[in-house]
Amino acid sequence: MEDGIHRSLGLTDDELDSIIAILGREPNHLELAMYAVMWSEHCSYKSSRVHLKRLPTEAPWVLVGPGENAGVVDVGDGIAAAIRIESHNHPSAIEPYQGAATGVGGILRDIFTMGARPIALMDPLRFGPLDDPRSRWIAEGVVSGVSGYGNSVGVPNVGGETVFDETYKGNPLVNVLCLGLLPTERLVLGQATGVGNLAVLLGSTTGRDGIGGVSVLASAGFSDEETDSAKRPSVQVGDPFEEKRLIEACLELLDAGLVVGIQDLGGAGLTCATSETASRGGMGMDVDVTQVPRREEGMEPFEVMTSESQERMLAIVEPEGLDRVLEICRRWEIRASVIGKVTPGPATGDADGGRLRILDGWDGEVLADIPAASLHEDAPLYQRPCVAPPAFDEGGRVLVTDQPVPQSDDPGAELLELLADTRWVWSQYDHQLFLNTVEGPGGDAAVLRLKHPATNADTGRGLALTTDGNHRWCAVDPRAGTALTVAESVLNLACVGARPLAVVNCLNFGNPEHPEVMWQLSEAVDGMAEACRAFDIPVIGGNVSLYNESLGADIDPTPVIGMLGVVDRLERRPPGVGLVDGGRLLLVGVTQPEVSGSRWARNRGHRGGHLPVLDHEIHLAVAGVVRQLVAGGLVAGAHDVATGGLGLALAEMAVRSGLGVSVARVADAAELFSESPSRVVLCVEPDLLTTVENVCQHAGAPVSRIGVAGGDRITVKGLLDVALADAAAAWADRIPAALGSGTAQD
Amino acid sequence: MSRRVGVVLFPGSNCEQDVLEGVSLVEGQPEVLWHGDATVKGVDCVVVPGGFAHGDYLRPGAIARFSPVMSAVAEFAAGGGPVIGICNGFQVLTEAGLLPGALQKNRGLKFLCTTVPVRVEATDTPLTRSADKGAVLRIPVNHFEGNYTCDDDTLARLNAEERVVLRYVENPNGSIDDIAGICNEARNVVGLMPHPERAASELLGSSDGLPLLRSLVA
Repeated sequence: MEDGIHRSLGLTDDELDSIIAILGREPNHLELAMYAVMWSEHCSYKSSRVHLKRLPTEAPWVLVGPGENAGVVDVGDGIAAAIRIESHNHPSAIEPYQGAATGVGGILRDIFTMGARPIALMDPLRFGPLDDPRSRWIAEGVVSGVSGYGNSVGVPNVGGETVFDETYKGNPLVNVLCLGLLPTERLVLGQATGVGNLAVLLGSTTGRDGIGGVSVLASAGFSDEETDSAKRPSVQVGDPFEEKRLIEACLELLDAGLVVGIQDLGGAGLTCATSETASRGGMGMDVDVTQVPRREEGMEPFEVMTSESQERMLAIVEPEGLDRVLEICRRWEIRASVIGKVTPGPATGDADGGRLRILDGWDGEVLADIPAASLHEDAPLYQRPCVAPPAFDEGGRVLVTDQPVPQSDDPGAELLELLADTRWVWSQYDHQLFLNTVEGPGGDAAVLRLKHPATNADTGRGLALTTDGNHRWCAVDPRAGTALTVAESVLNLACVGARPLAVVNCLNFGNPEHPEVMWQLSEAVDGMAEACRAFDIPVIGGNVSLYNESLGADIDPTPVIGMLGVVDRLERRPPGVGLVDGGRLLLVGVTQPEVSGSRWARNRGHRGGHLPVLDHEIHLAVAGVVRQLVAGGLVAGAHDVATGGLGLALAEMAVRSGLGVSVARVADAAELFSESPSRVVLCVEPDLLTTVENVCQHAGAPVSRIGVAGGDRITVKGLLDVALADAAAAWADRIPAALGSGTAQD
Repeated sequence: MSRRVGVVLFPGSNCEQDVLEGVSLVEGQPEVLWHGDATVKGVDCVVVPGGFAHGDYLRPGAIARFSPVMSAVAEFAAGGGPVIGICNGFQVLTEAGLLPGALQKNRGLKFLCTTVPVRVEATDTPLTRSADKGAVLRIPVNHFEGNYTCDDDTLARLNAEERVVLRYVENPNGSIDDIAGICNEARNVVGLMPHPERAASELLGSSDGLPLLRSLVA
């Protein structure tokens, strides 16, 4: 074999030695290509796995934890919820529309692979600054891609985030979360069992698109524009119409009980799907590569086995059910080809079995012959060096700075620059399909009616979903910042009356070969683990995206938390981020006048310091009482205090309701813009004021009266006084002015 | 005996379940009409629902109009049977020649999902007979190609014959003369871009679509 070819496929010399030891011989080119994709960072989590083990993953309601295609929890009434979050950062940086579109397609397959019908998507998006033309191009393309694919495939997009920041210039973060529902008894796993069972490839033809996507794109950083555009052929192309028919066909196959196991084809394509189903079932598999329908002529076996062509699934079926499988696929106009057969393995007591063999015709030449499990279980595990950057102190936890605390020149103007309505993004997404969306995008969390996926019967309960990330907090202190992020999600759910059930996470970090990046990752995992343990929320799935860097600079660490909650009695719409005229404003929780890590401080050039402290007990008390008040219909408006502090929370409530606020008892800009946790602003009808205060005091949640809603100005006594109309214009115009007018404008 | 409402299902349709649910809510008897079957199975009313029939490839509705079920729908309409096209269904009906004009890309060239006020302009159609003339209803729209257009003569006829069934109070997409929905000459075929099935519950934000859904089963 050609010397050094493994390196061009992304394998190290040591990794090649491991492969030789596993096989007892030199691998051929096809085998090498298969190991290269499966042992890539993207597929193997080889840098992060040692850390992820520290996350709490168990709770009585968890049906499937991390490691499967999606996490699954029991949500009662015979219904299970499958949830997953993923990143499509690198493809989206190169080819924004298709990168984002195929991100949606991929995560949908992860969900219906579990037997669940996808019912909601969320897209946490992070782009470079709005004044950077390339970042604007990426943002427009990504939003169009999410819109174009998601709307057509017919899954509502109910929320997410849109963040613009210098740190994502050149390397946007395009994360996508999907939630699906299934009858609890229909849960299926991606495994192959039963010697002689058939592996049927469903969906699209296989082409040269996306070859090496996981190893070429997702497991390396970006350098300059010329080499980046050369990577464009590694980005896949999506077809939502094919995916829609694939979803319907697969769910019908599952309903009919015709499937033993099913697995989507995502990163690493057929190599991953065949080896994963075989090794999960403790079996082997013979794959006849000539049976794979091709999109173009002259494709080499290694191209067929590593292509990431979209909209494909691998179903394991019994031979006697094949005709019915083919009939259902014909009805949905889905291509179906038998490409593999399950062979004996450890599960059948055959210690020498469990081989994944790639054949040139069923009785033809053996092109590859490797232990299926070795592609997963023997993937290298790296305990990469973790070193806090020199500027960090106090046991390497905190970015200590000698910068003076920033001073405010004009709090009113500084508040206006924080306002941005993300409607430009989410009005391009269908967020209402399936008639579940009680609270859609733009609020603290989405709320969906919970209907039984088989009978459509309304349970009278709801599910709530939120995603949250804050790179500014995590840049200052990745551990505390991640814990604060989890805490924010808990409060977002509380504001819509929901209690948390499960967390999924998307860890977006820089280059793992940089010791400080591994330190950030390790710290973030510990922060997430601490907070999830304190709040008793299991982590049931996650995705790690590394090599988010551009021109040698790593992004700020950006762990994104997706949190699923349940509303036990969904009798009314949550109050939402709004005000009523004459309503009294209450602040639940206590402000720490600490601005480190805040958006306001970063805008003043301040990086570092100590993040505000998270007190788990107070946080649970605040979240609990807010949930109780919202569920009881005692508040007219509720909004958690997060990015932008109390000032931005009040301003958002004002612009969204078209009512001013008059607030007192805020000492200074630090109190106005501090992002200290465990705080919620409530708007309460005057006659309910003392009731609400009593409920808070009884629950041990600090509460204070801070003002009143009404009028046409946003006033904070002694600090700022701005016209509501100016705030509303700043809020509404910021994104459309930069990204082109929405459809509602002339 | 409640009225039977057939809901056409093309590959790529995605609002069919919502329409089935909406029809059930107003105590109609909904059933699916498969695109490959050239029959409307004797239903009392046909709804062509929203979605992306055949992926909207080539042009929305351009492929769906050739489906076997569409010849049955045309025959049903010719016999005076009520046919309602919602969103993508409206696009299919214009492509099939059952309604005049066409739906082009929105002004602003973006997909738009939002709730808009629409005014009921005519109540002698199978979509609006249970609604009040002049009533303003808050109903979601959800489309990329919802910008209704037609030639001047057609527009003049639509207005003269009072065939504009729904008008936007705030035009979201650039439709000519604020048109949100129209009917054919015989007034039994109606197409509209807004989704009444999405406005059937206060919990979801609006129940203003209920009079339209009730009209289907009245």
